[in-house]
Amino acid sequence: MEEIRTAFAAAFKLIVTLDHNLFEIVGLSLYVTLTAVLIACLIGLPLGALLAVGRFPGRHLVVVFINSLMGLPPVVVGLVVYLMLSSAGPFGVLQLLYTPTAMIIAQALLVTPIIAALSRQIIEALHGEYDEMLRSMHAGRMATLSTLIWDARYSLVTAALAGLGRAFAEVGAVMIVGGNINHVTRVMTTAIALETSKGELALALGLGIILVGLSIMINTALMSLRSEMERMAYA
Amino acid sequence: MPDSNIISLQNWTGKPAQNTIVQLEDVVLDSESRRLVDGISLTLRSGGITALMGSNGAGKTLTLRLIARLLQPSSGIVRNCSIEERDIAFVFQRPVLLRRTVAANLLHALKLCKVPRHNRRERIQLLLDISRLSEMANSPARMLSGGEQQRLAMVRAIAGNPKLLLLDEPTASLDPHATSMLENLMTTIANSGTKLVLVTHDAGQARRLSSDVVFMHEGRIAEHTPTHQFLNTPQSDEAKAYLEGRLLV
Repeated sequence: MEEIRTAFAAAFKLIVTLDHNLFEIVGLSLYVTLTAVLIACLIGLPLGALLAVGRFPGRHLVVVFINSLMGLPPVVVGLVVYLMLSSAGPFGVLQLLYTPTAMIIAQALLVTPIIAALSRQIIEALHGEYDEMLRSMHAGRMATLSTLIWDARYSLVTAALAGLGRAFAEVGAVMIVGGNINHVTRVMTTAIALETSKGELALALGLGIILVGLSIMINTALMSLRSEMERMAYA
Repeated sequence: MPDSNIISLQNWTGKPAQNTIVQLEDVVLDSESRRLVDGISLTLRSGGITALMGSNGAGKTLTLRLIARLLQPSSGIVRNCSIEERDIAFVFQRPVLLRRTVAANLLHALKLCKVPRHNRRERIQLLLDISRLSEMANSPARMLSGGEQQRLAMVRAIAGNPKLLLLDEPTASLDPHATSMLENLMTTIANSGTKLVLVTHDAGQARRLSSDVVFMHEGRIAEHTPTHQFLNTPQSDEAKAYLEGRLLV
């Protein structure tokens, strides 16, 4: 018990004194995760909207496939990205393995199906409400998609949050493609795993506290925004 | 409605021409189990307001949707004569408004109609003026009252300067004051040259607004006569029973 108390005290000290090593890891984590979620949103939202509105042969199969990708094991994604980016792989020439870019690619691959599947559900529901109105206004396919995405924007926050949660908590894929290299590719989750295995509980706990704190802050801010917009009948 | 607004809208939409705009020829609409619209033929000419009346389930709303191409007929022809599909607008019984401000709803409609960017602000103001929603321009559209929402839906529908406006019981759930404001708006729009087809159960509304009545019964057109004739001396037994409030069997 004493050991845990000491570890907590040391962790808070690291946070309060703005420990350079700790905040370097936090900064890289935020960069990798937010970039990956942004890319996943740019791909996943239009893809979800297309699946919600489009009617084409095999659509149902695509929907089932995307839904099943939501449970993709991170280590498998890590392995696939590793194979693609390794020197023997098709993209080896880009020399991206063990860089933050490789970690962003792996996280984006993990998060895109989550955002696409959830946004499909949200936009499909809205499309049911807007369909006749938009057709009566002679809206084309692109205008329909953009209208639906814009009007569902506050509901789509939920989809983005789910993706963000997944990316923040992810450790397997980024460990494989990033290599957990100090000052280069070490992020909060991989650092926590490493420091815990070394018995350095203070840094691991400090990172854990920041990780949970950030997650709560982002969720609270976005859900408050959504609630306010719902109150104003914008969501 | 202020006269200046009527004049502006007339200037904007131009003078109406008296010609055939839509023709329905022997139009049939079937569901899996039964015939919903049973071989109707109808000619709509530009200008004025045509009331579409009949009991629930008579096929009025389906006819309106067929004209708007929101439904495809099982057989028969729905033909646009002197207008294009883009010239037809629709106002639903329950308005579906975007999750945006009042002005943003109008802006969205103007963009869809490809109104040039430099004209949009002026047109939004005109539409707000004639719908008396200027003070609510920046309010969330879905926070408006039922009557205000329906007025917004109506001016949004005419944002693209349609030649034919189809109205599906727009005053069905409104109080007399809101109904009166909406009727004024319909008159303003009709005076500007847009043809209106109004589904209504309200004989008084038909008398106040329309020049002719199409009466439907069980998917067929039972009568198409001038309004005063329909209301005073209906020809068909179904129309007589409907106007007397008797049950139709």
